[in-house]
Parts: sequence; structure tokens; C-alpha cells
Amino acid sequence: MSALSLRGITKAFGGNQILDGVSLDVGAGEFIALVGPSGCGKSTLLRVLAGLDHADRGEILIGGQDMSGVPAADRNIAMVFQSYALYPHLTASENIAVPLAMRRLSRIQRLPFIGSLTPGQRATRAAIARDVRDMATSLKIDHLLDRKPGQMSGGQRQRVALARAMVRQPSIFLMDEPLSNLDANLRVHARGEIVDLHRRAGVPTLYVTHDQAEALSMADRVAVMMGGKLLQISSPEVIYDDPAHIEVARFIGQPRINLLPAFAEGGVILCGGLRLTLENAPDRKMPVTIAIRPEFVFLSKNRHDGLAARIERVEFLGCEVILHCRLEAIGETIVAKVQPSEASGLVAGDSVGLRLSPGRTLIFAEDGSRLPGGVATGDAWLGAADAGLANSDAGLAASDAGLASSDAQPERAHG
Amino acid sequence: MASIVSMAVPHDAAVAHRRSEARIAWMLVLPAMALLFLFVLLPVAAVVVLGFTDFELGYGKFRFVGFENYAHLITDRTFRKSLWNTTVYTAIVAPISILLGLGIAMLIESETKARSFFRTAYFLPVASLIVAMATVWQYMFHPTIGPVNALLALVGLPGPNWLGSSGTVLYSLSIIGVWQSAGFNMVLFLAGLTAIPRELYAAAEVDGARSSLDRFLLVTWPMLGPTTLFVITISITNSVKVFETVKTLTDGGPNKASEVLLFTIYQEGFVYLRVGYASAMTVVFLLILVVLMFLQYRVLDRRVHYT
Repeated sequence: MSALSLRGITKAFGGNQILDGVSLDVGAGEFIALVGPSGCGKSTLLRVLAGLDHADRGEILIGGQDMSGVPAADRNIAMVFQSYALYPHLTASENIAVPLAMRRLSRIQRLPFIGSLTPGQRATRAAIARDVRDMATSLKIDHLLDRKPGQMSGGQRQRVALARAMVRQPSIFLMDEPLSNLDANLRVHARGEIVDLHRRAGVPTLYVTHDQAEALSMADRVAVMMGGKLLQISSPEVIYDDPAHIEVARFIGQPRINLLPAFAEGGVILCGGLRLTLENAPDRKMPVTIAIRPEFVFLSKNRHDGLAARIERVEFLGCEVILHCRLEAIGETIVAKVQPSEASGLVAGDSVGLRLSPGRTLIFAEDGSRLPGGVATGDAWLGAADAGLANSDAGLAASDAGLASSDAQPERAHG
Repeated sequence: MASIVSMAVPHDAAVAHRRSEARIAWMLVLPAMALLFLFVLLPVAAVVVLGFTDFELGYGKFRFVGFENYAHLITDRTFRKSLWNTTVYTAIVAPISILLGLGIAMLIESETKARSFFRTAYFLPVASLIVAMATVWQYMFHPTIGPVNALLALVGLPGPNWLGSSGTVLYSLSIIGVWQSAGFNMVLFLAGLTAIPRELYAAAEVDGARSSLDRFLLVTWPMLGPTTLFVITISITNSVKVFETVKTLTDGGPNKASEVLLFTIYQEGFVYLRVGYASAMTVVFLLILVVLMFLQYRVLDRRVHYT
């Protein structure tokens, strides 16, 4: 039985479909990252899950129990907010104690003066204080307990917010972009800490982020959300290597995947004036998009070796170099990620040859869905055969990798 | 040698620059300081000085009488009565109008459709002229033709002579006072409420604050602290300063049952023209306000959280 099940969650705000039939299962102890661009509905989904908003349709099961009509306070869900939402008038220790006090003390016992007169209040307060201290120690924030949120840095506040969420044993842990207000260095560090905490506590976690790197690096499974729909839920490796939808491919990966408009016909793919041959190209005649990740675009300093391209921009990143090139034959931009040694001496304006790894080329149909068997296989490098000099549809069936068309450019009609 | 010269020149320039900046600063501040001195500090000083004299308007000369005016104040039955009445009026109007203002503000905040209508409606008493509205209240509270008593008669209750009997007049005025200031407090609280981040309420709910009372105690009330302190200050000050309704509706009567501080000062200073005595009263009045402000900021400020 999964710790959390969402079944067909649908929600609209004033005619705007925010959530469109979202179904998701979170297994016990699983860490799922819900990733998508801003406005895709992921935060709304989290709010619906927490009971802060209500879905128009669909059901939420936590530990097999239907949560419809159960208020947020009774769902035993813990949540870390993007803004941390710490109570600014309370110290860190008081903030962390709130969820415990709310559950273990009656309303009378929580009152400032009268509460201390009620039986058992003192013992419960002491137990809460002990739990708060233990939690703070394990997050290394015990020196901050007497400070108010206004006297803490962003990273410290984030830890206090984590402590407040973790201090009780929730059945689900929700995090709404908890790292997006931290600076870049701290963010990478905090990623590891959250993953560690999750491993130690073992509480199933749904982690919302718009940062695909965060999602890939932290999660057991990644759920990619676009326009209120979950497009794919898979392990980070599958999401990256084998995206089910063109939007997933486009969103995941940095630098972004290369997308080239193409046309499939009779087992070959025509990309502008180029003819690309892939083993598994669809037989039907249809417009397609071919996609290839920058690290599978291989570089040769000889422009006759593969697709001829001109470098437009060189981004040196230390461990790798990003080359922004324009394919001479079709005018499309293509980005290659290469080792610094391969790119040494290259500057903008240089001509190079590019090869695409055929095993890593993905094909998407016009509606964005992945074409079956879209990962091309084959031992030959994928290259441009005769960059359409003649442009005859009869096609020069030259699928051999070599590239003949050094003078393709003048005759090219359009890109 | 050359190096010394080259160091000295920028130093002098910096000093000159700082001086000219200071001069400009003084010039900019001067008008405000002059006005503050002329229209605030000087009149207060004049009142304090006059309080030690037997000055009466119309007489050319006056003499200093020391604390005679203040000694007289202590035994003055009218003054003591008005001091007591003002205290009662403030004790009724300030808390009720604060709580009512908060309640209305929270209701309006949770309302989505007719929010601006209610906001305007409750703010009307603040915007309207109280002297003009006093005639409406006079009609409302009229013992025989007034709608208030007519309504009471419908239920079978005998209506009191609201503004005409010494037993009820202060309470009637208090009702008008609450009506007057609740709207103002509402607007202030509304501003405070909108400044509370929505996520805090979401956090409170997730943290286990089941009822709206829990969320009020955990989030709303502490977050409204600075607003509440300000509203308390304004409400008490305004209640202590009640005058228009008393002057227009009751003239302090019947039988001095609605004598309030400002009205007594007005009577002494502008009707009996005993400016010296009225000044002494004014000093007491100002002292009361100063002490109240001081107490509030001393006691409450420490309990308030400022973000």
C-alpha cells in the first residue's frame, strides 16, 4: 500500500484548469520530486494535498484513508513553505514547538497564564521542550533557539522551518521549493542535507521544485508536471535519457536539449535540407522533432566531418565547454557540450563538423508524444547525407555518415 | 613636499564639502523647525505659563498666582465631575470601539464580494461631520418620536430619556462615540490584516491550528500587535478628547451629568473667559494624555512584535 495516493485530482480557478486529472502514488519512504515550470500547478497540488485547498474532483488517500473532508490540521502532514512561513513573533524554539503544542496541549493549556495552572501542563511542556531541543541538535541549530526569525539568515530560517516540520512524525512530508530563497552555494549544500534527513527519518516526501537539477539530484522518482498534467513519473535516469514527452525533454537537462524540426517519410527523417537516416524512423509521412542532448553532439574541427556548423558562442565552464553552433545547412541552432581539450582554440565564427550520436537521438511526434522506439540505434554515426544540394525528394539515399555537401549553403532555400 | 600638498588639498575639499552639506541640511530643516516651534511648542509653553496666572480675557493685566489655580482645581466639583465622566466615557468607548473595529475588520477581510461596500459603509461615520450627524442622533434618541424608543416600545420595553436623563446621558453619548470611532479602527485593523502573509495561516493550519480561534491566537493577534498598539493609542486619545457631541447635544447637562474635560475647559475659557484657570485645566488634560501615551508605550510596546 502506498503512503500517499492521488487519484484524478482536478481543480479549476475561474475557468482556468490548474490541475487536470493528476494521479500519483508515493511509496513508503520514497522521495518524489514534483518538477515543472512556474504556474504549472505543482504548488496548488501541494496545497490540495495538505488540505489548504480543495480539489474539484479526485481523491486523496493517505495510508489508504480517504482524506476528503479532513481538515489540514488532522491530516498529519508536515510542510515546508517557500517563504518558510515562520511565525515572526516567536523564537526558533517556540516556532518548532508549535506543532507539538497544538497536538499535545488543549486550548486551555496553551493559554499564557491560565494554562500553567492546569494539571499536567508542566510535564507536557517539558517533554515538548526536550523534543524541540533534540530536533534542533540533530539539525545543528541549537545555538539559534532563542532567536527570532528576523535575526536569522535565510539558511538558518530554512533549517528552523525544516525542524518545525520534522519535529513530529508526519505521515507525509511536503516541501514547496524550500531552497529557492537560498543563494546558489548554500542551495547545493542544503540539497544533500535534505536527502540525508529524508534517509534518516524515512518519511515519504513530496518535494516541489522548478529546478530540474534539484529534482534529478535529490529524488528517487521525478514527476514532471506541465499545464496541470503529470507528463511522466520515473526515475531521474529515465526522465533524462528516455523522456516520454517533448516538454519533459525540453524542461529537463541543462543546457537544454537540442530540438530540430524535421519530417519523417518512408523510414527516413528529413531535417530541413538534410536527410537523416535513423533505423527506427516512422514509416508514415509526418512532421516530427528530433531531439538530442548537447553531450551527445560530438565535435570535429574538420567541418567536413559530420554536419557543417559555425560556432556562434563559446561558454567556458571549467570542466566543460558549451558551444552554441548554427547548422549551416538548415540554419537551426544546436548546442554541444564538450571537454575543454576538444574545444581548445575554438572561437566564435569557426567552422566545425558535428555528429549526433544515433543511439541518443529521440523523435517526437507533432503532438509532443514520443514516437515508439524513438531512440535510434545503429552503428553508423548519424550525419547529414548530402545536404540537399539537389533537394530532390527522390532522395539521395546516402545514409553513409560522410558528408559531401561542403557547398550546400548557397543553394539552401530555407532553414 | 609635493606629496604633502597633494594630500592636504583633498582633505580640505572634503571638510568644505561636509560643511556645505551640513549647511544645506540645516536650511532644509529650518522651515519645519520654525513651524514646529511656533505652532506647537510655543502655544504649549504659553498655556503652561498662563496656568500660573489669573488672566481673564478682557482684562488688560494679570498677575502670577503660583499654584493657586491647581489648588482650586482639586476642590472644583465641576472639574472633578468632568474628570470622572471623561474616565467613564473613555472606559466604555475605547475598548468597545477597538473590539468592534477588529471584529468588523475580520469579517470584511473574509468577505470577498461586497468588501468595498462594507468598508465604505463602516467608514462613513468617520468621514461625515459629527456636528451634522448629531442632529440625526438627537432624533434617534428622542424620547417620544425617536425610532430607538419606538423599536423598544414594539418589544414592550419602556425607552429611557436617552439624552435627557442624567442617568443615561453618558451612555447615550458613549454609543455615539463607539459608532463614530469603530469605523476608523476598522480601517486601521483592515490595513494591518492585509499585511499578514497568507502563508502563515497555511502554516498554522498544517501545524495543527484546527479552529479559527487557534489561528487567531497563533497568527492574527500577535501579527496585529503594532496595529493594535496604534489603535489603542488613537482610541483613548480620541475618547479623552470628546467634545462635539457633548456641545451639540447636551451642553454638559442635564445637571452636569455629561460634563467632560474638554467641555469644561471650553466653558471656563470661552464662556466665563477665565483663561488662566482654563489653562491650568488644559495642562492637566495634556498631562493625562502624556501619561497615558507613556504608559502604553512602556507597557505594551514590550509585548508587541515588530517585523
